[in-house]
Amino acid sequence: MSNNKDFIRIELPISPAAAKALRAGDRLLLSGELYTARDAAHKRMYEQLLSGGALPVELTGESIFYVGPCFAADGRPTGAGPTTSYRMDAYAPTLYDCGVRATIGKGDRSPAVYDAIKRNGALYLCAIGGAGALYAKAITSVSVAAYDDLGTEAVRRLTVKDMPVIVGIDSSGNSIFGG
Amino acid sequence: MREITATDITEAVRTLVKACGRLTPSGKKALAACLARERSDAARFALSTLLENAETAEREGLALCQDTGMAVFYVALGQDVHITGGLLNDAINEGVRKGYAECGWRASVLDPLTRVNTKDNTPAIVHIELTEGDGLSLDFLPKGFGSENMTRLFMLTPSAGILGVEDSIVEAVRLAGANPCPPVVVGVGIGGTAEKAMETAKRQLLRPVGEPSPDPELAALEQRCLDRINALGIGAQGFGGDTTALAVHCGKFPTHIASLPVAVNVQCNAMRHSHIDL
Repeated sequence: MSNNKDFIRIELPISPAAAKALRAGDRLLLSGELYTARDAAHKRMYEQLLSGGALPVELTGESIFYVGPCFAADGRPTGAGPTTSYRMDAYAPTLYDCGVRATIGKGDRSPAVYDAIKRNGALYLCAIGGAGALYAKAITSVSVAAYDDLGTEAVRRLTVKDMPVIVGIDSSGNSIFGG
Repeated sequence: MREITATDITEAVRTLVKACGRLTPSGKKALAACLARERSDAARFALSTLLENAETAEREGLALCQDTGMAVFYVALGQDVHITGGLLNDAINEGVRKGYAECGWRASVLDPLTRVNTKDNTPAIVHIELTEGDGLSLDFLPKGFGSENMTRLFMLTPSAGILGVEDSIVEAVRLAGANPCPPVVVGVGIGGTAEKAMETAKRQLLRPVGEPSPDPELAALEQRCLDRINALGIGAQGFGGDTTALAVHCGKFPTHIASLPVAVNVQCNAMRHSHIDL
């Protein structure tokens, strides 16, 4: 990154102590493993939970990146930036209550998501929307973890290295967003 | 009469869709100027990341944004052209099918109700305008839906006047907040019917970023809206900052005595566009 002097390096999964120590506006470089899920996967996970089923992957302590990546024919990611988070707001409190430590997306969240973040000592991290190429390059490995039939919307396990994000909402509910 | 084959159109489209990997020159210039005057630290982080991303995408053949959009085409078709070997829409869709797969762009298009993906990003949205002569030109505007979801239509009444138009444009951007990936370009269509207003709004996104309307009254409206939008303080990515919009582009069309339609269609910071003349 061109302006990396202020970045805090964070290993995934994010520990409860690390989550509590971070403040809205902190810039992070994430390295390690996380899951992807966006609209269709959230809807399906939520419906599974409502019907008394289990999540397709263990999400306790994990981070969920709201992304629908694109791939070259050889499987290399060609674009992997964040999608708009508010569409996941209906599902996010339930997933935070299931132990999700951080979600990663773009844009502000609903009051219910703020409450869930505070209640669970969790985080909402913002990736830079529109920076699809840089986030693709931060991915070092990718595999489908669940819902393969959803294509780009499948749940994937990603390994990332130095993925740049900024803390959007910290565990106390402080936010980078105005208003 | 000039003949143009469906195959030629498919090949042209296949080339055009490579534009998902490039920020337009005017978009790049606008983002750089925005960074130069930005005072918010978080917004500067966002803007410098976006400029670095644009260079990386172009250098390495990657997508500028993973939302490579629904493929929108504006076709100007000369009345003296005869298309042979297939239908125009089929030829365009075949170009999208091939081009998106070859570039590794995302298949984002699905049935709205069953949510079953077509897996090849078709169908494209095709606007056809008949023109004089025997030329055929194509403009490709891949439209991401983080910004498309922030579209608004205001069916104002005549009493609202130009101030009502201005207020509606600013309100649409305020309500969109951080969601459409600011800094944005705001496309505005004033007048016509509901769908004409919206078509006009989106068509304004084809203009080079910041190129004022040739109509002095619209150009002045664009500047007033831009000043008010940037006073909102939403900033790049909604992190707070000096620039929420890079430009406001307004177009107009005659409307009915009973109405004053205003359509607002937002372009995110991933400004992509390509053009070809056949």
